[in-house]
Amino acid sequence: MRRLINLQPNRVLKVALGIIPFLLILLAYQIGSDIRKAENEQDKLLPSFSEIAAGINRMAFEPSRRTGDYEFWEDTKSSVKRLSIGIAISATIGLLVGLAAGAIPMIAAPLSPLITAISLIPPMAILPVLFIVFGLGELSKVMLIVIGVSPFLIRDILQRTQELPREQLVKAQTLGGNSWQIILRVILPQIVPRLLDAVRLSLGAAWLFLIAAEAIAATDGLGYRIFLVRRYMSMDIILPYVVWITFLAFTLDWCLLKFSRVVFPWYHAEK
Amino acid sequence: MSAFIQLDRLAKNYGDNVVLENLNCKVAEGEFVTLVGASGCGKSTFLKLLLGTESVSSGQLLMAGKPIEQEPSPDRGIVFQRYSVFPHLNVRENVALGVEFVESKWLGRLFGKRRKEALAQADELLSAVGLEQARYKYPHELSGGMQQRLALAQALIKRPKVLLLDEPFGALDPGIRKEMHDLVLGLWRQYGLTIFMVTHDLKEGFHLGTRLWVFDKIRHDPHAPDRFGSTITYDLSLQSKDKALTIAAIDEINAQLHGAEKTTEPTQS
Repeated sequence: MRRLINLQPNRVLKVALGIIPFLLILLAYQIGSDIRKAENEQDKLLPSFSEIAAGINRMAFEPSRRTGDYEFWEDTKSSVKRLSIGIAISATIGLLVGLAAGAIPMIAAPLSPLITAISLIPPMAILPVLFIVFGLGELSKVMLIVIGVSPFLIRDILQRTQELPREQLVKAQTLGGNSWQIILRVILPQIVPRLLDAVRLSLGAAWLFLIAAEAIAATDGLGYRIFLVRRYMSMDIILPYVVWITFLAFTLDWCLLKFSRVVFPWYHAEK
Repeated sequence: MSAFIQLDRLAKNYGDNVVLENLNCKVAEGEFVTLVGASGCGKSTFLKLLLGTESVSSGQLLMAGKPIEQEPSPDRGIVFQRYSVFPHLNVRENVALGVEFVESKWLGRLFGKRRKEALAQADELLSAVGLEQARYKYPHELSGGMQQRLALAQALIKRPKVLLLDEPFGALDPGIRKEMHDLVLGLWRQYGLTIFMVTHDLKEGFHLGTRLWVFDKIRHDPHAPDRFGSTITYDLSLQSKDKALTIAAIDEINAQLHGAEKTTEPTQS
């Protein structure tokens, strides 16, 4: 008998074992829902799968009676737009500031303590400030993501830049590179895949800030919708929305990873 | 002897920690100096002084009569034990980068015909180090020995006067190391280089160098081990390659080094 720590599941078994927990959760839900429905036909807490399907159909495939829009898709569009703008701005700030500070000690000296301090501010605590300053429109929601995510990205990129082997930078200098050339040709190309890693790690936080901002002040968006229908205890809508948000988060993460693998194969081979 | 590199009462200390003291030597152009010594003896520090990443504390370190520049520059090429090549560029691009830095002030990147010319220059160097077959590979696809070949080609495209080697073959298998020795000796003659090479391997030092320096402390203070620094205790000319003399010298130096470093040496040989 081989040791347990040496037993590896084969491909098929691995996939099967991976799916089982999901099936168990669905089964548990089904049982729970049945028990509650048996007691009370009108129970809203654990709607049956058919009710959930009806909820999805109502939101995604029938125009809203009030606005004539397909609300599910409108919500998705608004949320994804806010999230991507927020992430794009944060990544740009993170890359530029982190790279400059990481590569140039004279920039790191004044910036590094400031960024550490800013990154410790709980972003949710200044959400009211954002609403006051930027109004209740799109800008304040995007700004919350930027403020929440970019300090983390700056610090991460700063650290990754400083972690590049010193030998490479010395080598580049003996090849005649000036500071700017070395940043452009040696540091930047090696930092971009690390930025993608950092962005993937920050996606969770970005979703959190997006949904929080939408819950508090918005007229559409996935976060807005689930907090709106909470008033009617519409679990048949909230649950599929949550699954959908999770799916979007997973897809975005997966796309970034795939992109990084294709564009920076040397980076992934190195690890 | 016309002095190309001159050390004049050279000393290096970090605060109270004296690493090197009282180095006096002259090196002519075209010499191949190998630096040996126990770990922590300051031989790598001396290489950093030559490279310009560390500065001299007192005394002088002159190259062609002028104090050596306190920053790495193209006239002194370097090959480290590791991390000398750029992982995000393929082999040709790694070598051509040295040309691109000179010809493209702002982007550090050439396009079209000029890029082709730079890559052609790189190819020349790559065939000199025996890497023409691996031109389109990335460093992670190369073996340790091939990576060091690449690092040599990178350095040579700048036509440096001085080539610094910091234990370049320390991480390689013995068989590969032998090939690299032949390669380095060939390049040294072909390009008329002055080479300083730090090594742990005394035999390697004897085999490659025209001159061998042993770094060690002459003075010891048992209560304050940092008070006195190392200096060059042996400065052997290896031109004659007299076998009996060499073997005797190896034995003597070995005895001295082992005496100073009982615990760490066995793992290195």
